[in-house]
Amino acid sequence: MGQIELKQVTKSFGNTQVIPPLDLTIHEGEFTVFVGPSGCGKSTLLRLIAGLEDISSGHIEIDGTDATSLVPAKRGLAMVFQSYALYPHMSVRKNIAFPLKMAKMDQAEIDKRVNAAAEVLNLKDYIDRRPGQLSGGQRQRVAIGRAIVREPSAFLFDEPLSNLDAALRVGMRLEISELHKRLKTTMVYVTHDQVEAMTMADKIVVLQAGVIEQIGSPLELYRTPRNVFVAGFIGSPKMNLITGEEAAKYDAHTIGVRPEHIDVVDGEGEWNGTVGVAEHLGSDTFFHIHNTGLGEMLTVRAIGDVSLKHGDKIGLNPRKNEMHRFDAAGLRIA
Amino acid sequence: MMAPAVVLLLGWMLVPLVLTLWFSFVKFLPMRGDSIAKGLDWVGFENYVRFFSSSSFWPSVQITVLMVGGVLAICIIFGVLFALLLDQPMWGQGIVRILVIAPFFVMPTVSALVWKNMMMDPVNGLFAHLWRFFGAEPVVWLQDASLSSIIFIVSWQWLPFATLILLTAIQSLDSEQLEASEMDGAHPLQRFAYIVLPHMGRAITIVTLIMTIFLLSIFAEIFVTTGGAFGTRTLTFLIFQRVIDSQNIGLGSAGGVYAIILANIIAIFLMRIVGKNLDQ
Ligand SMILES: Nc1ncnc2c1ncn2[C@@H]1O[C@H](COP(=O)(O)OP(=O)(O)O)[C@@H](O)[C@H]1O
Ligand SMILES: [Mg+2]
Repeated sequence: MGQIELKQVTKSFGNTQVIPPLDLTIHEGEFTVFVGPSGCGKSTLLRLIAGLEDISSGHIEIDGTDATSLVPAKRGLAMVFQSYALYPHMSVRKNIAFPLKMAKMDQAEIDKRVNAAAEVLNLKDYIDRRPGQLSGGQRQRVAIGRAIVREPSAFLFDEPLSNLDAALRVGMRLEISELHKRLKTTMVYVTHDQVEAMTMADKIVVLQAGVIEQIGSPLELYRTPRNVFVAGFIGSPKMNLITGEEAAKYDAHTIGVRPEHIDVVDGEGEWNGTVGVAEHLGSDTFFHIHNTGLGEMLTVRAIGDVSLKHGDKIGLNPRKNEMHRFDAAGLRIA
Repeated sequence: MMAPAVVLLLGWMLVPLVLTLWFSFVKFLPMRGDSIAKGLDWVGFENYVRFFSSSSFWPSVQITVLMVGGVLAICIIFGVLFALLLDQPMWGQGIVRILVIAPFFVMPTVSALVWKNMMMDPVNGLFAHLWRFFGAEPVVWLQDASLSSIIFIVSWQWLPFATLILLTAIQSLDSEQLEASEMDGAHPLQRFAYIVLPHMGRAITIVTLIMTIFLLSIFAEIFVTTGGAFGTRTLTFLIFQRVIDSQNIGLGSAGGVYAIILANIIAIFLMRIVGKNLDQ
């Protein structure tokens, strides 16, 4: 179980509408990621699903039954908060056992489930410590442990990795993905980091100002962004977006080419410019190209360690078949 | 640079302490002609033995404990309730909060006088009128329920302090913790018991500690209302009576030293609890 359906859901705080009417279906077992810039309403949407905020109008259905007016505890969902929200005066064991204790489960079953969760999440060594004595990554695991013991029909994560350092984040990202593969439970995951979205999601929901810009698998969004916003948001480094005369040549208002879809050529290319900053990552090198006459700075990927220096002249050929075209309204031209 | 401050502070603390200690070991009855100028007779522990074996000593310790304990219980329980109420969003929050704090700014003597004459007076007091309105015989509060009445008056003064500290404690609670417990299926009462109350534990111990230290020396409220009669003679008041009424400075000083010892025992005891609570 774990199908979540939003039907014409809206949310207003006072007079400001944060979520305009929105329809969305999250299928059972899916790893769905809400991604979008800060303040676009991702957390609000998640909290509406959790029941922590009341929706202003519309319906929420969980597993086919109307859950619009159900209290959070009755929705069968578990949430992992950005601040972890562990109970500071309880040991790790008590924290994880808390939802089971509230459900009046008998002690033997509680112990069994807590031990199983501790096993899965490697919490055993510090099960009797307080949250204050744990590192960020360990706290994160405890928060996840507290969510999984309930065996919810879906997990909700609100930017769970944003308080961790970069190395730990990559590790936890994998752990959460692993967890999803093993439990096969629906997960809804909120992040502003498109890399997290791309690496973890089965399905990405791109949001801007409360509006769904596009829904699709990571590769669908990468290959066929529905509009300029999605094109610019998904992919790292960002897609080069060019307007004006050059775009008009392709019968478009805006054209977009990803850095990895521009070839560096010897001598003159279709586009020419001078090399600015070079970002050497070892496997790839990203060059910033100036003075192309296209209005914008271009980013270009070269595979391996290419020996171009600051100020060098460079010729570029965009791959025509990998080019994205958008009309004046910003929508994709097929 | 520190020396003058240290000397001043030490003098400030030590002079009264040393004088009290000295007086407690001598016979000092000013009405009988004793004075520091003429020299005082050393009597060893006689004052201590007399103060301790006096029939008023143990009752006064008991009353002190009852009074401090009673005020603390009322202030903590109602302080928590008021803090919970004031934490709710409501109309006119600012004004309500100021009104709640107001009693704390009234001098103890004044508040005791107001309660004694305007509220608890058996003939003209507000309570007497209220009782008569319902056809009941007015209660002579400060005589028939003297200890409870004083506990009530003192609690009225200290409740704002407790409420204020506990309110800031409640407000510092991370709302995500409450939401997490809500999702975990805790009812409002369970949320209070498992999340809010433990979070306030530290503030409650601090309120207890601070209030105990001040409450041990309650004086004005007793002096103004019952004058120590009707079972309201605390240790502090007993010392006062020994020194002023009986004009026996030696005996009073011995009582003072007992009071210091008692206060320290309680302080050490409380500090250990606070220390434990602050550890986490
Ligand atoms: N309780 C609230 N009251 C008023 N406005 C809110 C409240 N919560 C969120 N908002 C507003 O709703 C918008 C979306 O917020 P949020 O969902 O937290 O964004 P995100 O999680 O995508 O960064 C923001 O403009 C924010 O100011
Ligand atoms: Mg957010």
